[in-house]
Amino acid sequence: MPTIETTQGPLWRRRTPLKQWLIWGGWLVGLCIAVYAWQLISEKTIWMFVWDAPRQMSDIGERMIPPDWSYMPKLWRPVWDTLNIATIGTAIAMCLAVPIAFLAAHNTTPHKSVRAVMLFIIVATRSVNSLIWALLLVVIVGPGVLAGTIAIGIRSIGGCAKLIYESIEEIDPKQVEAIKATGGSRAQQMVYGILPQVLPTIAGVGVFRWDINVRGSTILGIVGAGGIGIQLSASINVLAWTQVTTILIVILGTVFLSEYISAKVRGAII
Amino acid sequence: MSEASLNYAQTWKKPHFIKSSLLRYLIYVGTVTYFFLAIYTMDVNWTRVAEGIPRGADMISKFFPPDLSDSRGVILDGILESIWMAVISTIGGVLLSIPIGLGAARNLAPTWVYLFCRSIIAVSRTFPEVILAIFAVKFFGFGPFAGFIALAIGTIGFWAKLLAEDIENMSKSQAEAVRATGATWLQWINYAIQPQVLPRMIGLSLYRLDINFRESAVVGIVGAGGIGAHLLTSVQRYEYATTATILFSIIAIVITLEYSSGYLRKWVQ
Amino acid sequence: MLRLENLSKRYKTGDLALNNVTLEIPDGQLVALIGPSGAGKSTLIRCVNRLVDATTGTIHLGEREINGLSNRDLRRARRRMGMIFQEYALVERLTVMENVLSGRLGYVNFWQSLFRKYPKENVREAYRLLDRVDLMHMVDKRADELSGGQRQRVGICRALIQDPELLLVDEPTASLDPKTSRQIMRLIRELCEERGLAAIINIHDVALAQMFSERVVGLKLGEIVYDGTPGGLTPEVLTEIYGEEDWEKTIEKVEDDDDVLDEGEMA
Repeated sequence: MPTIETTQGPLWRRRTPLKQWLIWGGWLVGLCIAVYAWQLISEKTIWMFVWDAPRQMSDIGERMIPPDWSYMPKLWRPVWDTLNIATIGTAIAMCLAVPIAFLAAHNTTPHKSVRAVMLFIIVATRSVNSLIWALLLVVIVGPGVLAGTIAIGIRSIGGCAKLIYESIEEIDPKQVEAIKATGGSRAQQMVYGILPQVLPTIAGVGVFRWDINVRGSTILGIVGAGGIGIQLSASINVLAWTQVTTILIVILGTVFLSEYISAKVRGAII
Repeated sequence: MSEASLNYAQTWKKPHFIKSSLLRYLIYVGTVTYFFLAIYTMDVNWTRVAEGIPRGADMISKFFPPDLSDSRGVILDGILESIWMAVISTIGGVLLSIPIGLGAARNLAPTWVYLFCRSIIAVSRTFPEVILAIFAVKFFGFGPFAGFIALAIGTIGFWAKLLAEDIENMSKSQAEAVRATGATWLQWINYAIQPQVLPRMIGLSLYRLDINFRESAVVGIVGAGGIGAHLLTSVQRYEYATTATILFSIIAIVITLEYSSGYLRKWVQ
Repeated sequence: MLRLENLSKRYKTGDLALNNVTLEIPDGQLVALIGPSGAGKSTLIRCVNRLVDATTGTIHLGEREINGLSNRDLRRARRRMGMIFQEYALVERLTVMENVLSGRLGYVNFWQSLFRKYPKENVREAYRLLDRVDLMHMVDKRADELSGGQRQRVGICRALIQDPELLLVDEPTASLDPKTSRQIMRLIRELCEERGLAAIINIHDVALAQMFSERVVGLKLGEIVYDGTPGGLTPEVLTEIYGEEDWEKTIEKVEDDDDVLDEGEMA
C-alpha cells in the first residue's frame, strides 16, 4: 500500500497511480469487450422472438404440466444405459489417465519430450466436448451405447489426467528422498514415496469425474450415442411436452443421486 | 524394554482400508456383478463396428490436411460467434451470480432468500447446458441469443454455488472485526467479504470462460449459435476436412485460453 | 569407517558449500557436527550418501569408494548408511510399520516391497525396534497421526532396521521441543552404543552436541575450523565458529541440567 511523501507529510493511497490507471484501463477494456460481444450477438438475434419469449414460456409451460407418469417404464432402460455410459466410460478413462498423468508430471516423467506429448494429449482430449466425440464415434461404430461410452472415455482422459498430474507435481519430495536414502530403487520410491501421497487424489478424481459424466451422458442421445438423450430428443421433436417433463424429472433424480454418492464416497476417502 | 521380549511376531499384514470384511466383500462382489451386467447389457452391433473401423480410418485420414479454404467465411464466422458468445455469457453469468451467490450463503442471507437462491442454483446446475440450450431455442428462437441464455444460466449454477461456498467458508474473525467498526452492510461486503473471495473468484471466472467456450462450440448442434451447427453439417455431409479445421481450431483456442488465463491468474494474485 | 578426502561442493549458483573437507571417523564413534546456518553441515551429510553429489574429493565407506558407483551399487552402499531427517520425512499416509519396513527397501526386490512381503526376520526386527523405542501400541497407526517425537522415533527405527554401519543424522531435534530433543538424542546415543554404530549428527544446539557426543566437528563457511572433544568447546572456539555472542551462559547451563537428565518418559 503505497505512501507518497508530499510537502505536508506522507500521504497514503490505496494503489500507486500507475496501478490505479491500469485497473481503470482494465475495466474499460472489459466494458468494450462486453459491449462488442453484445453487439455481435444482438445482430444475429431476432428480437421479435425474444420479446415473444414469455408468451412461449407460459405456453410450453402449460403443456408440460402435469408430467406423464405413464411414460416412466420406458425410461428405466435408458437410465440404466446412461449410468453405464458414465461408469464404464469413466473407468476406461481412469485406467488410461493414471499412466498418462505419471508420464506428464515433471517429477515422474522419463523425458521432456514424453511430457510434452502427454500434455498435448491431455489438452486435446479436454478441449473437445464429449458430444462432439460422440458425433464422430456414431459415424465410426454406429449409433448406440458404445459410441457414447467411448466418447465419455476420451473426454475424461484429459479431465482426469490433468487433476492427477497436478497432484503428482505437488507431493512432498522429502518423503521420496527418505526412501531414496534407504537404498530404494526408482520403482520403490514410486510405490512407497509417491503413490501413497497421490492415491487418495486419484480415487477422488475418479468419483468426481464420474459425477460430471453422469450429467454429460444424459445428452449424448441427441446425436444417437445412447442413453436417455434419445428419449429426450424424440419427445421434443414430436412436441410431447408432458413426456419431456417426466424425462427432465428423471434426469434431475439421476443427477441428484450421482452427486449424493459422489459426495459420500469422497468424504470417506479423505 | 525387558529381556523377556524375545518372542516377537514374525509376520505382519497391513490393515485393510475398509475395516469390516463383510462390507469389503459386498463391495467387491457388487462391483464385479455390476460391471458384468453393464457390459452384458451393452447392445453392441459388432458387425457395424467392424464395418465402421475402416470408415473411421478413412475419416481420420481425411482430417489431414484440414480444409483451410473456408470459401464463404462461414467457419471463421462461426468460431468468432462461439468466442463472443462465451465471453458475453461469462460476463453476464458472473454479474447475475453475484446477488444469487450472496443470497445463497447461509451466513449472509435470511432463510427464505437462502432457500430460493439455492434452488435456482440447483436447477441451473443439474441440467447440462445443451438441454438448457434446447429450451432456450424453443423460447427465444434460433441463434446465439439462445446460446447466451443457456450458458449464462449454466454459469450461474457454477459460479454462484462456489461463491456461496467461499463465503460460507470465510474467516469469521475478519468479518467480525469489520462489523465491529460499525460498517454498513455494503461496506462490510466490500471490506470483509470481497477481499477474501475475490482472488479465487477471478480465477474461477477465467476457468468458467474456458468451460463456456467449450460448451459454446456444441450448443450449435441444437441450434443455439456458434460453430456447432457447422460442425454437425460437415460431419453429415462427409466433409471431414472441414470437420478437422473446426476441431483443430477449437483445440487451439482452448490451449490459448488456458495459457492466457494461467498468466492472468498469476498477475492477479 | 568413513573417510572424506578433500571434499568440495560448488553449487550451480556458484556458492561454495564445502571447501576441501577432510574427515575421518572410526568405527563406533559419535560425531556432532556444529556450525552456523549455511556452513555446509547439511550438504556434508547429504554428500556422504550421495543425495547430493560432491564436485571434487573422495568418500570411502569402509573399504569402498562411493563416488563413482553405478546406480545398483549406490543402492547397496546407501543401505549401509541409515539416515534420520530433520522433519522425519516419514511417508505420512503409510502406517508406522510400513515406514519402518521401508528401511529394508534396499534389500528386497520390487515385488516383495509392493506386496509388503518382507522376510520374517525383518518383521521381527521391526517389532523389536518399535518395542525398544516404546511405540508398540502405534504399529498400525498412520504416520500422520503421531506426534513429532513419536515420528522421529519411527524415523530412527527405519534407519536402524537397515542394519547400517553408519548413521547420518540431519538436525534430528530441529522440529522438537527441548525435552523431546533430549530424549531423542539420548536414544540415538544409546542405540549407537548398543550396536557399535558410527554416527555423524548435524546439530544446531551446541549444548546438546556437547552432552551427547564424544567428538565435535565445527564447520564454518564450508571448512572445518574445530575438531576435538566436547570439553574443548570454549567460548573463544564458539566465537570463532559462530561469531560474537555470550557463550558463557550456554556452556554453564549444560552442567546444571545434568541432574534433570535422567528423568522423564518418552514423549
